[in-house]
Amino acid sequence: MTTRNGQIKNFTSNSGPQHPAAHGVSRSVLEMNGEVVERAEPHIGSLQGIRPAGAHPTRGTEKLIEYKTYLQALPYFDRLDYVSTMAQEHAHSSAVERLLNCEVPLRAQYIRVLFCEITRISNHSLASTTHAMDVGASTPFLWAFEEREKLLEFYERVPGARMHASFIRPGGVAQDLPLGLCRDIDSSTQQFASRIDELEEMSTGNRIWKQRLVDIGTVTAQQAKDWGFSGVMLRGPGVCWDSRRAAPYDVHDQSDLDVPVGTRGDRYDRYCIRIEEMRQSVRIIVQCPNQMPSGMIKADDRKLCPPSRSRMKLSMESCAHHFELYTEGFSVPAPSTYTAVEAPKGEFGVFLVSNGSNRPYRCKIRAPGFAHSQGLDSMSKHHMPADVVTIIGTQDIVFGEVDR
Amino acid sequence: MIIDSVEVETINSFSKLELLKEVYGLISILPILTLLLGITIEVLVIVWLEREISASIQQRIGPEYAGPLGLLQAIADGTKLLLKEDILPSRGDISLFSIGPSIAVISVLLSFLVIPLGYHFVLADLSIGVFLWIAISSIAPIGLLMAGYSSNNKYSFSGGLRAAAQSISYEIPLTFFVLAISLLSNSSSTVDIVEAQSKYGFFGWNIWRQPIGFLVFLISSLAECERLPFDLLEAEEELVAGYQTEYSGIKYGLFYLVSYLNLLVSSLFVTVLYLGGWNLSIPYISFFDFFQMNKAVGILEMTMGIFITLTKAYLFLFISITIRWTLPRMRMDQLLNLGWKFLLPISLGNLLLTTSSQLVSL
Repeated sequence: MTTRNGQIKNFTSNSGPQHPAAHGVSRSVLEMNGEVVERAEPHIGSLQGIRPAGAHPTRGTEKLIEYKTYLQALPYFDRLDYVSTMAQEHAHSSAVERLLNCEVPLRAQYIRVLFCEITRISNHSLASTTHAMDVGASTPFLWAFEEREKLLEFYERVPGARMHASFIRPGGVAQDLPLGLCRDIDSSTQQFASRIDELEEMSTGNRIWKQRLVDIGTVTAQQAKDWGFSGVMLRGPGVCWDSRRAAPYDVHDQSDLDVPVGTRGDRYDRYCIRIEEMRQSVRIIVQCPNQMPSGMIKADDRKLCPPSRSRMKLSMESCAHHFELYTEGFSVPAPSTYTAVEAPKGEFGVFLVSNGSNRPYRCKIRAPGFAHSQGLDSMSKHHMPADVVTIIGTQDIVFGEVDR
Repeated sequence: MIIDSVEVETINSFSKLELLKEVYGLISILPILTLLLGITIEVLVIVWLEREISASIQQRIGPEYAGPLGLLQAIADGTKLLLKEDILPSRGDISLFSIGPSIAVISVLLSFLVIPLGYHFVLADLSIGVFLWIAISSIAPIGLLMAGYSSNNKYSFSGGLRAAAQSISYEIPLTFFVLAISLLSNSSSTVDIVEAQSKYGFFGWNIWRQPIGFLVFLISSLAECERLPFDLLEAEEELVAGYQTEYSGIKYGLFYLVSYLNLLVSSLFVTVLYLGGWNLSIPYISFFDFFQMNKAVGILEMTMGIFITLTKAYLFLFISITIRWTLPRMRMDQLLNLGWKFLLPISLGNLLLTTSSQLVSL
């Protein structure tokens, strides 16, 4: 005789010692048949009436963006997926530039790629190790956060803020790299690889780890394509699609990048892919400062990119441009565009509709976590409830971008 | 008269005064109190040790504000828990709720009766020594079940059931390996087991005679203590704390205490059963032959015994703390698989081997 229990489970971020920064607030309804999960439905954004003290209830980001100029809208993108901040700024800036038909100088492109890869390492180190903490190994989490501290220091040196940097702006980047940054990045990349080795040592060959991860949360290639997965979730089952290679943007076509692809599509494969992607990112980070030319870091058009502050204080035209850009902003021509970048979590896309004014008419954000969380049901069928938590971890969902 | 000569000598060596022979009844409680005090201090030390070791493994600094080097951190935590409000579930069974943690604590504390820290330095030298521990430690799951059931919370209930299932599954290999040890030592009394290992010093330890036993005992006792890699109950069980969910204040503190007391008992038993107990274990040297027999040597010998036992126990503690912060967690079904399908056949095989080797050697 089988009994069906419909149980509502609340996944919150402040219960138990395991994921202080990992998932945010999420809620899933699990239907279980004895010990086996028959169905798992994530409920997104439904937190306001039920748990008013949620970490991030739905913020209405897209609506708020409609009331801001394009430059003022940029910090919203930082706060969507707050562990990989610059990737989303990159998407927004690329979308605006495509509408404007604006050419980004080469140095700015290299800086963008450099920081996007730093973001990728930062995100993967958080994702893998909070996932590891869900599985039970709490030590890699602390080791990876030490690494992340170093990366956040690089973030801070360039635009001034550790996490929400607002650095990649339409037209280029906000400021040039300070002196000594490339040297420091170089010296820290030399020890990243051994840190990644340490993380791997704790987990990849470990028998208990493999027992928890292999053949759990399997996705087939067809399922991945049907559900709209992207990024690591798509490369896990073997679909070799990486936007940096398939539809290169900025200077990714000149960088030497191998794309790791899995075979079975289970959690173990995805975990290994993330670790390998970290190593590939280190590779790009090493190449970028060497290939970076000197030059401008913003587009030359003063109607789009503000002048430097010293210029603004000396020249009347610069002052006027500065005033214009920071009050009214620039106008963006009419049609719409969908631009996507390979954010660490997957394909982060921005569908920007403009009506010719200085404010976006509609800005739709395609968050990778949103598509991934739909797959929770099919991925966790016939597994145990202990696996459901970890499957959310392997999908690398951050509720900032899912709830928006 | 229940108190026999062994206890009298023990009491005398404690008190060193002939006068106290007249007040047995009162003084016989003194060893127990001393042991309780010792255990409490040990638990505080273990808590501190765990935090320091985990901090070192995780590249950070452990507690450093409460007392010098953070030594008083555990006392601070305990005091905080004492001062917290005691929340009772409104529709749960209050009496079971309160009794649950107490049963777990009592059963673990009773296990300390049979741990020898020296030749006459044991509270109760029973002939069934180690099996008393095994039997009493089987009572602890009842406390966990009570706690889970009375919390009026289906996650606590299933957590309690799983805790009981885990405890029961790993008791069986544990018992079989202890049985093998007592076969080797021809006795179940803990004192005799240690004495049987004392002949060749370091090489006489049971760990060499039962290597598989040592490893499996380690694993089983970690599972009994519900520590990683077997701590699914308190870490992730539907994302609440399992049977401990509804507990607050000092009752929660009691569960915390049970965990560390259990760990201490397990490590002391590993020392007694496999690592030679209180013997100095340098082969062929008897430390005390150099001295004449007098009272002072008796005290010194006892101190040395305690010190050596604790040192060996701390080795096991260090291993289990390091394991906790290194390995990931096993899922419940994998855990039970390991206990029943892997460790149980190994324990039976080991028992068979030991028995046949005893037959052959006799």
